[in-house]
Amino acid sequence: MIAVIDYGAGNIFSVKNALDYLGYENRLTKSAEDIKNAEGIILPGVGAFPWAMKMLNESGLVDTIKTEAKKKPFLGICLGMQLLFDKGFEFEECGGLGLISGHVDKMDEPDLVIPHMGWNKLEKNHDCPLLEGLSDNEYVYFVHSYKAFCEDENLYAYCEYGHKVSALVSDGKTVFGAQFHPEKSGETGLKILKNFVGMTSNI
Amino acid sequence: MLAKRIIPCLDVRDGKVVKGVNFEGIKEVGDPVECAYEYNLQGADEIVFYDITASHEGRGVMLDVVRETAKKVFVPLTVGGGIKTVDDIRDTLRAGADKVSVNSQAVQNPQLIKDGADIFGSQCICVGIDAKMIADNKWTVYINGGRIDMKLDLIEWVKKIEQLGAGEICLNSIDTDGVREGFDIPMLDAVCRAVKIPVIASGGAGKLSDFAEAFIKTDCSAALAASLFHFKELTVGEVKQDVKKHGIPVRI
Repeated sequence: MIAVIDYGAGNIFSVKNALDYLGYENRLTKSAEDIKNAEGIILPGVGAFPWAMKMLNESGLVDTIKTEAKKKPFLGICLGMQLLFDKGFEFEECGGLGLISGHVDKMDEPDLVIPHMGWNKLEKNHDCPLLEGLSDNEYVYFVHSYKAFCEDENLYAYCEYGHKVSALVSDGKTVFGAQFHPEKSGETGLKILKNFVGMTSNI
Repeated sequence: MLAKRIIPCLDVRDGKVVKGVNFEGIKEVGDPVECAYEYNLQGADEIVFYDITASHEGRGVMLDVVRETAKKVFVPLTVGGGIKTVDDIRDTLRAGADKVSVNSQAVQNPQLIKDGADIFGSQCICVGIDAKMIADNKWTVYINGGRIDMKLDLIEWVKKIEQLGAGEICLNSIDTDGVREGFDIPMLDAVCRAVKIPVIASGGAGKLSDFAEAFIKTDCSAALAASLFHFKELTVGEVKQDVKKHGIPVRI
């Protein structure tokens, strides 16, 4: 079972729809038990960093997430990806989950439209199990105004929008984060979700 | 660099796709969920449902259409037509839409744009505009499906929309709509120069090269068409191949 963490954030139904469509057992959940029992965990999210951390803290799930994310495949999507880092600077400085080192800050592109919204080309930086079977330079769907700054070793794919935008990050083990929305990225996105589920033991 | 988007639009009434040149001539021509799925297979970058339902019951049917579509189509979905309040926006997004498009209501109540953007984020608020030329390089905004001239200057309106927090503009030219001789390049160009937010070209696509023309001659981010795709004169895939041939980035 894939646990999709439901902490009041936006696009959880899209993630659930995609997993249902692919035929993978999944559960929208707020329960620490479910997260412990799951074979894989997805942390979705739309909204602001401090608000999402507050919701996660209030849900009492932070410690469980931190522990379980190191034991089995864990995927943060969009804001869920940003929360993986040490801290964010959206409105105010706010601590994150600290699962990957780095921080999240505003995209500073005076000549470009922010939010960065639309289909952008994924450029591979390192080999990543989530990108297996995908050709180079596939398009995925982004919607965001803040971006993650991290070490090259954690940056598995990026896209160009003025400067480089961290698109797919990982600790190199079990923790993954996608700035784009695989659940809105057509066949490419479904393939990425399939690869993620393929890393768990429930297929 | 973002890809230019090709967006098929489906007009929906009481849960059925309808097509017609005027309101008397409207015919039911299909199931919206199936049509959206077909466009998805063709490579649509986004799908727009335009709800022309008049009744309250019909609104609920529209949300069911969105819910069902979101279960099998994994590209962004936009719903326009009849969205009057923040609650309408919320219901539509909760049903699985990624964006809403507000048109007449935004002209009559611009605060709806600001409230929607503040609560749900700019990225999910698209403002649809119907405009018509009144003199060289001068256009005014119409509401109620192009029936009422609001005597509102188009360029002033798009600047205001951007300032209120809209994430995108879908610009339909009443002059070129249905004429099928290409998008309204002068109007589109004027709007793209006036704002930084993405502009979707709408109204006038009649042949393959019309899409590339819009992307070459203006800075529009996307092009939308309904009948052309609906009557299978062109597929989304054919359009994208042609746009790509012109060296314009598209998702294929």
